[in-house]
Amino acid sequence: MGKILHFFDVFINSIDIFVEGLWITLKLSVVSLLIAIVIGLFFAILKISNIKVLKWIADAYIWLVRGTPLVVQIFILFYGLTDILLIPMFWAGVAGLAFHSGAYIAEIIRGAIQSIDKGQAEAARSLGMTKGLSMRRIILPQAFRRAVPALGNQFIIGIKDSSLVSFIGMQELFGVASTMGSNTFDFLPYYITVAVYYLLIVLVLTFAVNKLEKRLAASD
Amino acid sequence: MNEKREMIRVEKLNKSFGDLHVLKDIDLEVKESDVVVLIGASGSGKSTLLRCLNFLEIKDNGTVILEGEKIEKETHNLNKVREKVGMVFQHFNLFPHKTVLGNVIEAPTQVKGVEKKKAIEEGKSLLDKVGLSDKYDVYPSKLSGGQKQRVAIARALAMKPDVMLFDEPTSALDPELVGEVLLTMKELAKEGMTMVVVTHEMGFAKEVADWVVYMHDGKIVEYGHPSEMFENPKEERTKAFLNSVL
Ligand SMILES: Nc1ncnc2c1ncn2[C@@H]1O[C@H](COP(=O)(O)OP(=O)(O)OP(=O)(O)O)[C@@H](O)[C@H]1O
Ligand SMILES: [Mg+2]
Repeated sequence: MGKILHFFDVFINSIDIFVEGLWITLKLSVVSLLIAIVIGLFFAILKISNIKVLKWIADAYIWLVRGTPLVVQIFILFYGLTDILLIPMFWAGVAGLAFHSGAYIAEIIRGAIQSIDKGQAEAARSLGMTKGLSMRRIILPQAFRRAVPALGNQFIIGIKDSSLVSFIGMQELFGVASTMGSNTFDFLPYYITVAVYYLLIVLVLTFAVNKLEKRLAASD
Repeated sequence: MNEKREMIRVEKLNKSFGDLHVLKDIDLEVKESDVVVLIGASGSGKSTLLRCLNFLEIKDNGTVILEGEKIEKETHNLNKVREKVGMVFQHFNLFPHKTVLGNVIEAPTQVKGVEKKKAIEEGKSLLDKVGLSDKYDVYPSKLSGGQKQRVAIARALAMKPDVMLFDEPTSALDPELVGEVLLTMKELAKEGMTMVVVTHEMGFAKEVADWVVYMHDGKIVEYGHPSEMFENPKEERTKAFLNSVL
């Protein structure tokens, strides 16, 4: 009983500092997601192109991301970017996360594009649209709608994965928990606290994605 | 009759998919405001021929001449060529994320750069023409099959094509909805649109076609005016086919 009360104490007393960490986590996750979507779109299009070399480039990227742990990717990008290119830590963290999610999002978008009925592109081409215009105006808007559930899921994974940038010293949610834990030697309550924050974010996000999915389904 | 302008001329057209020789030495001529109906069994190459006419499929060899100009993918911008050749598909292929009017103005505004206000005006009048003046802002999923196909026709017409291709436009429709689409096509024919139509609707062929072309196994076996073709076909194959569908 005392332990539970102690946890609530820790939770309440640490709200300020965790909210700061939460803010960084959200910024990291949203910015890296947006960049990852651009990266993903780019590689998805390389992958469905008819040019072999472009396909290989996309395959190589996806292989690199899948073949190495995220922590390793984050460390390599962190040291590469901050030491050599003198890029600020936040952006090194964003780069690591976006580089990683980008590969998964590339596969999500490629799958969504290929799931759109071939008749759509044919109709567009028969009206005189170029391949690019048909992709941009007809195929991609439909593919993105179809990809919303998978992208939402990837965003949730991205938020949880963002905890790994604490290892390069960022004070996002997990970084805050670790720091507070080591400062007080009172680890468990802080880690439970941070778990609650993640659970809440995921809860809100799941709800939002479901709502969006329903809205898109209604207009279909 | 002889003064009519030549819209399409196909000479010795061949097309294969891998080892499958689908079109074999096809010759075809379509004059301005002619309605040509293509008939033939499934797999005889009707769709492929139609698709070679707007270059959704690229022929292996032979010639396709549109409005007097020999079209080659090496020398022509096929996108520009397609603007002049409208196509209506069996499964409509409307853009589900756009409204009815959105479907119709998409290509004029995006491809031709027509001003949006003007495109809307023209789009509405086309939709009025196909009897859908109350559906401008509706999404395609809310329409019946017959309505969808009429939108698809309006969408193709919005590019002001010189030729319209129809690939089994009524085959995916419930029987009671076939008539409204055929009616729209008849009106179009009456206005002088040049049309090439793949269909199993022999009534439409008899009533509207100037020429009927019977295809079998990648070849044009027989062609003629509908009266000749339907009353007394010359070829055994044509007879057999017509007996099976009439
Ligand atoms: N893209 C393609 N790749 C491979 N084979 C194809 C392709 N398109 C058509 N074919 C084949 O070519 C042949 C002719 O097909 P086509 O669609 O032109 O026939 P059709 O006369 O329109 O038949 P249907 O009445 O069934 O529509 C068929 O055997 C078909 O399987
Ligand atoms: Mg066909």
